[in-house]
Amino acid sequence: MMSRRVASCALLLCGVLLAGAGCERESRPFQQLPAASARTERPLLSQNTPGGRVGESPIDTGASPFQENAWGISEGKRLFEQYNCVGCHAHGGGGMGPALIDDRWIYGNRAANLFDTIVQGRPNGMPAFRNKIPDSQIWQLVAYIQSMGGHAPLAALPGRSDHMRVGTPENARPATPAVQTGHP
Amino acid sequence: MTRRTGRPAGAWVATTVLSLALAGCRGNQVIFNPQGPAARDIAQLGWFLFAVCGVVYAMVLVALAWALLRRRREDDQGAGATRAITRTVALATAVTAALLVVLAATSVTAGRGLTSPSGPGAITVDVIGHQWWWDFQYRDVTPSDVVSSPNELHIPVGVPVVLRAQSRDVIHSFWVPNLHGKRDLIPGVVTSLWIQADRPGVYRGQCAEFCGYQHAHMAMQVVAEPMDAFLAWIQRQRQPAGDPPDQEALRGREVFLQSPCVSCHTVRGTIAGSRVGPDLTHVGSRLTLAAGTLPNTRGHLAGWVADSQSVKPGNRMPPNVLTAGDLQAVLGYLRSLR
Ligand code: HEC
Ligand code: HEC
Ligand SMILES: [Cu+2]
Repeated sequence: MMSRRVASCALLLCGVLLAGAGCERESRPFQQLPAASARTERPLLSQNTPGGRVGESPIDTGASPFQENAWGISEGKRLFEQYNCVGCHAHGGGGMGPALIDDRWIYGNRAANLFDTIVQGRPNGMPAFRNKIPDSQIWQLVAYIQSMGGHAPLAALPGRSDHMRVGTPENARPATPAVQTGHP
Repeated sequence: MTRRTGRPAGAWVATTVLSLALAGCRGNQVIFNPQGPAARDIAQLGWFLFAVCGVVYAMVLVALAWALLRRRREDDQGAGATRAITRTVALATAVTAALLVVLAATSVTAGRGLTSPSGPGAITVDVIGHQWWWDFQYRDVTPSDVVSSPNELHIPVGVPVVLRAQSRDVIHSFWVPNLHGKRDLIPGVVTSLWIQADRPGVYRGQCAEFCGYQHAHMAMQVVAEPMDAFLAWIQRQRQPAGDPPDQEALRGREVFLQSPCVSCHTVRGTIAGSRVGPDLTHVGSRLTLAAGTLPNTRGHLAGWVADSQSVKPGNRMPPNVLTAGDLQAVLGYLRSLR
């Protein structure tokens, strides 16, 4: 009799813990994120900046805080379209800019590489977005770009799109290990 | 509890209920205060349905009360009584059927009247739903004369205005109760409706289809004004932003153009031309900020730019990156955009 009660209590506890763990992927830190970080300070590799001019801005971290966060990844997906990354990279398949959905990376696909690519620009045509996109949103874009090739927990990958989709949704793509090539 | 001596509690209750009911018939976001032909048709239909159903309901209750209170009689099982019951039931069924046909006919007629405007449309406005704000774009043959008036729809009184509604993300619904019923904004589809206001005034509308976190803060103001006032307004809106009037505003413009603001907002006459957020060319001239969330004063504007995520959590404007000094300058600049 006793053991039964203990067992059911344990089961309940496990359920609660599991449910609690599930909340992580959905957390929405609207305010807590640092507005800017020291990565933004590094030299630009492109003279080409959206909106015309380049100013300065102010701190530093490693992985994207949104790497396993469903909300952050879907925000990144929305921003990828709204900041017109799609204009050059299409929805990941590439166009005037390289494909981001594949396993080949010129400048690497670790969070720090991607962050630098967006902030500093890259010499062969990738604009520098320093001061034009707040860091919190750059981290969302980074998390989304990593998720494009299936490199994020399945439960956090987006399944819907605001645009008409032709390919496989992110949460159904096979993940292949990334290769850094150093050339296009 | 001490009861007031002058009036009995019943009178207080009656006064309260009555004044609440009357308040429901004024107001600028109320279906019972129609200010245009479409809203009037809808309100009339509503009152008609209410009256018919009210009378039927009262009659059913009277019949029920009569049946409960009536004593049994000797001849209740007789042939005469059966015939009388059959006749009554047949009559009631016939009347019910006839009433339903009348109700269906009146609502179909009213519905048909709503789809076609009461005359040729004076102007056409594109209504674009975003999470969580409205964009109203006034069409014009000259592309540079197309103006955007976020969250504030200006219309001339007495003429039909055609609205073509679309959504950039999820389903929203356009609803200004004093002027018309609801119309959904569906991604990938253009739906249309027309509205007309008979009297000048400011009517409040609200998104009527749950669209996410800040659905409740997705309101709009419809400003109805006489034709000449409307034309003067649109003429002003067509002007690009002028030069900043003072040193502070000038510095504010520099900061604005070098910060993330420029990636999302348009200020016509500057390099800022993005359409992710509302057009700010004439932001100082609007009644409200952030889709009816705040009145448009310098203090509220400061609160919004400094910390929009506490005012409207989850809204699509990111946390502030400006220093205090830069922020003041940007506020000065935004306030000068009239
Ligand atoms: C004007 C066109 C253009 C736009 C807009 C643009 N990119 Fe690029 N992007 C490029 C080009 C071209 C390259 C290749 C640069 C090189 O090889 O030096 C590139 C490279 C990249 C890379 C590196 C790919 C690799 O293989 O290492 C990433 C990541 C990237 N872009 C992300 C973005 C994001 C995120 C945005 C939107 C904020 C964006 N891009 C907007 C043109 C663009
Ligand atoms: C990522 C895009 C983005 C950036 C960057 C951005 N905004 Fe916004 N802004 C928005 C959106 C979206 C709204 C509408 C919010 C709502 O009502 O839900 C908005 C609303 C506003 C409004 C209220 C306008 C109105 O009529 O209701 C003002 C003022 C404003 N922003 C100023 C600024 C300033 C100043 C900056 C730079 C410090 C800035 N914004 C940066 C997206 C952005
Ligand atoms: Cu809504």
